[in-house]
Amino acid sequence: MTARIVSLLFDGFAYGMLLFVLSVGLSVTLGLMNFVNLAHGSFAMIGGYVTVMLMRSWGVPFFATLPFAFLAAAVAAVILERVLYRRMYRAGELDQALLTIGIVFISVASAAYLFGTTQQPVELPAYLRGRIVFGDFSFGVYRLFLVCAALLIMVIVVLGLDYTRFGAQIRASVDNQRMARGLGINVDRVFSLTFAIGSGLAGLGGAMAIEVVGLDPNFGLKYLVYMLIVVAVGGLASIRGAFVTAAMLGIIDIFSKYFVPEIGAFVLYAVMIGLLVWRPAGLFARR
Amino acid sequence: MAQAAVETFDPQAALRAQVRWRLIEIVFWVATLLPFFVADTYLVLASQIAIMALFALSLDLIVGYSGLISLGHAAFYGFGAYTAGLLSKWGWGEPITGLLAAGVASMILGYLTSFIIVRISHFALIMVTLGLGLLLYELANKAHWLTGGDDGLQGMDVWPIFGVFRFDLYGYTAYGYSLAVLFISFLILRRLINSPFGLSLRGLRENPRRMPAIGAPSKHRIQVVYTIAATFAGIAGGLIAQTTSFVALNVLSFQTSADILVMLILGGAGRLYGGIIGVIIFLIARDQLAGMNPQYWYFWLGLLLVLVIVFLPNGILGGLAQLLSRGKKRGAS
Repeated sequence: MTARIVSLLFDGFAYGMLLFVLSVGLSVTLGLMNFVNLAHGSFAMIGGYVTVMLMRSWGVPFFATLPFAFLAAAVAAVILERVLYRRMYRAGELDQALLTIGIVFISVASAAYLFGTTQQPVELPAYLRGRIVFGDFSFGVYRLFLVCAALLIMVIVVLGLDYTRFGAQIRASVDNQRMARGLGINVDRVFSLTFAIGSGLAGLGGAMAIEVVGLDPNFGLKYLVYMLIVVAVGGLASIRGAFVTAAMLGIIDIFSKYFVPEIGAFVLYAVMIGLLVWRPAGLFARR
Repeated sequence: MAQAAVETFDPQAALRAQVRWRLIEIVFWVATLLPFFVADTYLVLASQIAIMALFALSLDLIVGYSGLISLGHAAFYGFGAYTAGLLSKWGWGEPITGLLAAGVASMILGYLTSFIIVRISHFALIMVTLGLGLLLYELANKAHWLTGGDDGLQGMDVWPIFGVFRFDLYGYTAYGYSLAVLFISFLILRRLINSPFGLSLRGLRENPRRMPAIGAPSKHRIQVVYTIAATFAGIAGGLIAQTTSFVALNVLSFQTSADILVMLILGGAGRLYGGIIGVIIFLIARDQLAGMNPQYWYFWLGLLLVLVIVFLPNGILGGLAQLLSRGKKRGAS
């Protein structure tokens, strides 16, 4: 039983880490730039399809596809930001939400048209498959990889935001746009780049998610709710909050599916509503 | 010159002018009778349009007039549908009382959730309304013994209206019934919107901080309007259950919440007829394009949504109004 619980805990944590990679970009764009981007999951889906196509058509190794997944999502995000999102920064949440829902609809239909509606499996390299055994406990190698990758990303994002020149520019642009402009920061470029990095991380998450949750045209909608929960409960713009919430969410989800499958996602939604009513700005809100 | 204009401004006359029935409104409502005579093969669709129009009107109270956001309005629609459906399944198939029961059930649900709604705003509000919708969907999905879950609620027996008008296959009764309910609800809502209460809602939408300062208890008003909106959404849900003798789990889904929001925004929120026009365009387009793969329908819908949000922030009706006023100005000068 202990072994069972430990392995469930580990699986939940690894799943949570996947959610973290998927949502950390949303936490940045939504929290720092106040833009309700419901199309975040669609950028993740782009990353997923890039990885699948590269591996299948050109036989590119899994790890080598990850940078392309990141880049493809980032480029798509920059184009969308330039063409559409930029006009909406000052609009209300409702308009932003609807615009991005429209983009989600388009992305779902386009993915179904281009790749069909079936699940897209990937063949992982041998060294990522299998399990590592420690006495009674055994851990999936791929899940260990997820945990390590997520921790690495978390460290990079936190350090990048807090200690680099670009991170300081982001924070300045968000806190006071006019002042930042006055100091010579190219705010538009900062926002574009931030948006690109956030969406690129989603693309990376989408590529890493295929093995765990699969990939089909509805990916962007299906996991959107999870991403939004991570960001909303964790607190906007709080990377640490997103990390803790994602881990909790993954563990709660795996446990409730294992022990009380008949209640399903009910627990999750109830917990989310309760937490949001208790602390509307999220658990780890900065403001 | 400008001062003279200010002095002659009569607020009561301006308000009265808003309340007055315009010719085009009367023409519109007379035109709703046309499907009976010219397009009786489309009566089932017409009935669906009337029901969704009522649903859109109820959402307009929240989104258009009060400036709140809801991504989970289907919760009340679905709750009403299941209430009416279960009542008739359990042996009380009288439609009008069933409809009232659906409204009351959703009203209670709306009143209870309104305590949560007034506490939060912005992004948290989006998330909580979304969460409440998903929560109810999960409940209905898992409570298979009660709702039939995925298979939908079957075995409804709806009695004839007033014991006379039987629900027929062609939708004569269904459309007449839905249209009557829509019209009565419209009259009530129109009166509500033009009342001082409705005016204070618009005040809240324009400036939520100033309204309490000039003595309007904003939280209480939001609770009231949210409850009213839930009630009418429940009635719309009851209608769809009774006219189709079936409740699909779909009534509670996020898709339904998103669809109705899209229809409302498409037509133009905050102008009563916006939702109705949006519903008409959306449902007729979907009906005409039904032969296509539904996935492609979502492509065009998404594109339309993006274009409307970017180019017509006030929806189709808002765009028309702008065109008209521009034309008038040009004509005057």
